[in-house]
Amino acid sequence: MQPKQSQNPNSRLVVKLVGVVFGMFAFGFALVPLYDVFCDITGINGKTNETAVTYSAPEVDTSRMITVQFITKTTAGMPWKFEARTETVKVHPGELNTVEFYVRNPAIRDIVGQAIPSVSPGTAALYLNKTECFCFNNQPLPSGQEAVMPMQFYVDPQLPEDINFFTVQYTLYDITGTSADVTTESAE
Amino acid sequence: MSSATETLKHDAHDDHHHGPAKGIKRWLLTTNHKDIGTLYLWFSFIMFLTGGAMAMVIRAELFQPGLQIVDPQFFNQMTTVHGLIMVFGAVMPAFTGLANWLIPMMIGAPDMALPRMNNWSFWILPFAFLILLSSLFVEGGGPAFGWTFYAPLSTTYSGDSTALFVFSVHIMGISSIMGAINVIVTIWNMRAPGMTWMKMPMFVWTWLITAFLLIAVMPVLAGVVTMVLTDKYFGTSFFNAAGGGDPVMFQHIFWFFGHPEVYIMILPAFGIISHIIPTFARKPLFGYASMVYATASIALLSFIVWAHHMFTTGMPVAAEMFFMFATMLISVPTGVKVFNWVATMWRGAMTFEIPMLFAIAFVILFTIGGLSGLMLAITPVDFQYHDTYFVVAHFHYVLVTGAVFSIMAAAYYWLPKWTGVMFDITLAKWHFWASLISVNVLFFPMHFVGLAGMPRRIPDYALQFADFNKWISIGGFAFGLSQLIFLALLIKACRKQGEPVSDQVWDGAEGLEWEIPSPAPYHTFDTPPVVK
Ligand code: HEM
Ligand SMILES: [Cu+2]
Repeated sequence: MQPKQSQNPNSRLVVKLVGVVFGMFAFGFALVPLYDVFCDITGINGKTNETAVTYSAPEVDTSRMITVQFITKTTAGMPWKFEARTETVKVHPGELNTVEFYVRNPAIRDIVGQAIPSVSPGTAALYLNKTECFCFNNQPLPSGQEAVMPMQFYVDPQLPEDINFFTVQYTLYDITGTSADVTTESAE
Repeated sequence: MSSATETLKHDAHDDHHHGPAKGIKRWLLTTNHKDIGTLYLWFSFIMFLTGGAMAMVIRAELFQPGLQIVDPQFFNQMTTVHGLIMVFGAVMPAFTGLANWLIPMMIGAPDMALPRMNNWSFWILPFAFLILLSSLFVEGGGPAFGWTFYAPLSTTYSGDSTALFVFSVHIMGISSIMGAINVIVTIWNMRAPGMTWMKMPMFVWTWLITAFLLIAVMPVLAGVVTMVLTDKYFGTSFFNAAGGGDPVMFQHIFWFFGHPEVYIMILPAFGIISHIIPTFARKPLFGYASMVYATASIALLSFIVWAHHMFTTGMPVAAEMFFMFATMLISVPTGVKVFNWVATMWRGAMTFEIPMLFAIAFVILFTIGGLSGLMLAITPVDFQYHDTYFVVAHFHYVLVTGAVFSIMAAAYYWLPKWTGVMFDITLAKWHFWASLISVNVLFFPMHFVGLAGMPRRIPDYALQFADFNKWISIGGFAFGLSQLIFLALLIKACRKQGEPVSDQVWDGAEGLEWEIPSPAPYHTFDTPPVVK
């Protein structure tokens, strides 16, 4: 408490406080992986599996009928035409289904697209199992070409009782030439 | 060790005999806590007027429906930079200035613990704001994404000035972190003998807790602006869904900083009010210990309520419930404080000098802001209120009639101690009453247009909001003009025009700062006082 003799306690305290500052700076960045892990476990941000799962052939629950709606969207600057061939399907939990999406690149340049799915309500995301999806990879499409992209999925029979309807939205981004564009390598 | 102590003693002894240096050098090189406090306070006042001028642009555009004065892009820059300047340039530096002036005098220390760092933490601030303001003049305009700089507005859709914005926020952050470290070290190590923790004045307590909040969350702000920078310029995808990121995560990280930040702007205000009310009620503060614990609990709770800003982002119901109840829980310690202030006034021999008028206005009007906050905390109704003028009304009641009124109260309360003369009371009364009336004309009707659905941050509005908006703008202009009275008063006081005051200044004032002469000498408490 003697101010003029406190130079040493001062610098010790400063070092500790600066440590807290750096610790909190690191914590800010640590929130990024923590957030992903947390959302992965709880499925609350509507993100679905990013690599294929194998169909475990669970018992099909014919007593329930779930409506799955597919909607599509392109972001600003993405010229592709992108639509769901099937807008809604009614499925039994446990059964394997295939739906198709259509894309056409009307631009005069070749474009690499990336579709990002998002499920609403978010809690349904954990129960949507995709065994095959165009969203697992980049989609390069030369100028003027079109393509039909399949997506195969089943709904986990554990899907909570109160969910009978959910929406899967695909948002298509133009990622040509960005760091996310890995068309040269295999994305699998 | 002992020789080092000797030279230190010698140094301190030396500059004791020199008064302040002359001219501009005094201000550039000063390490004196009183000089630095004065610099912070004037800087904050200049920023208050600058941010205020931007608010006048906003209110001029909103005076009538339709687009008439500025184009929407510029309007967005005004709302953004107004918010940034008021938060980081006006309110926070004002509190740091008060801390510099008052904490050493209140705890009986000769200066702040780290005087040279103190000089730096002030002098980098003007550069931060110069950079921010200059960004308004670059090609494509300044930041226009709101003071909350949500991704993807600030990453994908922002202009070239974003780098300047990020850089200036970094500097502001470093400045307030240094200021906070200084406050903590000063309070920790430099209290006069006998000044135990539970004898510390409330302003010192609230600032200590604020300083801990600052070092905990300013680095997180630095982190999130850095992520915005790398997303925008270096191809990372923290907030970009196409690259595997998540824009909602921006909001989580931002509000993890943002909610404690709003308490950073109010806890020192609680401290100030806890000094002024006892003085003019001539009674000791009711429930000192409960005030300390309430402040600490508010600070702790402020870390677990951030998502009340994000109720409409589609969180699961369980999370909505958690954040709703946690938020409501904060109003308990806040209520304790309001109760204690009222109980202090209860049956006191009250007089209504200018600082007391501001303090009473604070208690009433801040409580109105707290109550609208409580309404916003109710998740289902927030779906209606979110992003409307109701939110704007809420945070201006807590920040303008809360934080800013407390800063004015503090200025009036301690100004005679700083200058040695009583300020011009007639001007002060004009300032108080003009501000009080205009601020309510300005912000109260915002509740109504907000409930009726007028969105915030939009330069035009539906016709049915026209009448209220006209009144809001008139209130705004009047409030802006009223602050010029304050400017005149401050200039007069700094030129020492007025009646000399006694050491105690106010009859009921208690504390070490009232035992030293008025004006406070350049150096105080070279030998620590003994606190009984
Ligand atoms: C009883 C205490 C309080 C409660 C329950 C509360 C609650 C809330 C809620 C729920 C919101 C989000 C509204 C929305 O965006 O839909 C909000 C916004 C806000 N509050 Fe409070 N609040 C309280 C006190 C304060 C205090 C003391 C301050 C500052 C001194 C403050 C400053 C703000 C600000 C600046 C915003 C708006 C941020 C923005 O979106 O720009 N609040 N408050
Ligand atoms: Cu908040």
